[in-house]
Amino acid sequence: MDALDGNALAGPLADHFGAEVTAAWGVCRFCNTPAQVAQLRVYVSGPGTIARCPSCASVVLALVQTRGAVQVHHGSFALTPDPPG
Amino acid sequence: MVGTALSGRLTWQLAKVVDVIDETPRCKSIAFEVPDWAGHRAGQHVDIRLTAEDGYVAQRSYSIASAPEDDRLVLTVERLDDGEVSPYLTEELREGDQIELRGPIGGYFVWDEPLGGPLALIAGGSGIVPLRAMVRHWAAGPRDASVSLLYSSRSLRDVIYSDELEQYDGDNIKVQFALTREWPSDWAGHRGRVDQGLLASAIPRPSERTLAYICGPTAFVEAVSQALVGIGHEPGRIKTERFGPSGS
Amino acid sequence: MSPISRGFVGRKREVADPSRIPPGQYATHDFPVLSAGPTPHTPLAEWSFRIDGATSDAVSWSWAELLALPSQTITVDIHCVTKWSKLDTSWKGVSVDTLLETVETEGEYLTAWCDGGYTTNLALEDVSDGKAWIAYEYDGQPLDPEHGGPARLLVPHLYFWKSAKWVRGLTLTTDDEPGFWEGYGYHNHGDPWLEQRYQGD
Repeated sequence: MDALDGNALAGPLADHFGAEVTAAWGVCRFCNTPAQVAQLRVYVSGPGTIARCPSCASVVLALVQTRGAVQVHHGSFALTPDPPG
Repeated sequence: MVGTALSGRLTWQLAKVVDVIDETPRCKSIAFEVPDWAGHRAGQHVDIRLTAEDGYVAQRSYSIASAPEDDRLVLTVERLDDGEVSPYLTEELREGDQIELRGPIGGYFVWDEPLGGPLALIAGGSGIVPLRAMVRHWAAGPRDASVSLLYSSRSLRDVIYSDELEQYDGDNIKVQFALTREWPSDWAGHRGRVDQGLLASAIPRPSERTLAYICGPTAFVEAVSQALVGIGHEPGRIKTERFGPSGS
Repeated sequence: MSPISRGFVGRKREVADPSRIPPGQYATHDFPVLSAGPTPHTPLAEWSFRIDGATSDAVSWSWAELLALPSQTITVDIHCVTKWSKLDTSWKGVSVDTLLETVETEGEYLTAWCDGGYTTNLALEDVSDGKAWIAYEYDGQPLDPEHGGPARLLVPHLYFWKSAKWVRGLTLTTDDEPGFWEGYGYHNHGDPWLEQRYQGD
């Protein structure tokens, strides 16, 4: 299946962070490459939606559907306040 | 202040359908009256939430087709054959119906006039929707930035907003169409897929620091994005939005 | 509850014998492609299936060897945790019993692991006695990569996230070790008839 991108997560992430984050930069914990949330590769699965680093494909964000709510796991994508460089 | 503005946009509200417009055999535009609409930026989208009588809920995102200056909020929806929501929106929904909506949402794939240009807008299929909002916003302003719009569709009957987009072609804006599967024998536009050669001739040279927005199915977006980088455009000045699979 | 959207029904629900539909599920003819990552494409010449872990009888099969094993064609109902059930789906594959025949283990659990990194955990008894297959055909055709081809695990009596796509092996374990979705809070067992969707259900 073709991946979507982080634009598709704008709503759920705004619910979670209380802020619009698709333009925000973050660093992949696994390969240290910076990317904007909108550039993450997003895969829709049954139990949840997975966002992967566009450079190394590691899972950096997971939005998991549980008991009527969505849990956002973002421990592998360190959001940075400023663009890189 | 920012927090308040955002929480308003995340709140679901009831939007009333005020018009349904046939665009192509597969696409309809739906105009809404949204009581507490705070305005939007071209390129943003809304979330729609539908609830069936048995409590079943489906939620989808749709790019806003109207410009911030337009007097109604308009979405354009393509009917997917195996879709769950798009057949409802394009075949069942009618004037007077109310559905839940929230937004606007999105801060990355947006263009407003202060961002300037030159602007390259490259659309595949229903990816034209947010780019059309950008063109309408551009047209409502001073039109300082030069615009190149390149719109790829399968066939002539799949081209959304064709009359409107054609009439823009002129001062400081170039509008070009590509048909990939079938075209009339006298077709003067591009025949076949958008490729590097077409991109090199259709949009301003990289040296002019073109700001590019690419939207459509994933394969289209990735091919065009790679081609642009291949002819020298800065990756940092290319913004992409991948849509799900198109209708057949 | 949210306001009703006039005339909205959602995905077409098929009429079905209620005794075949677990609690909270609807029947559908659809078979959507759902995935946690990109579709892998391992060339068959490089493909192998392995059973290892808590055993001294680790064993593996090449693609040709797997296809040479006795196979079964089965028709089963499948149940996705997103509430959709698809009845009478037809598959062809090798029973996991056949693959476990030569393997002795003290382990009572296993982790199924796959190309692309997906994992899911299962009790050994959930893949034994005719309950699981390594399936390589769906509906009479070679299994499409988007649906897990060349081969996927098929465990129809559990929620379908346990039927791991692109499976490459089973690692036997002494403890139940949560796999990909289980680590995010999904149920270690996943029996749709007991609605075991999430940890603690």
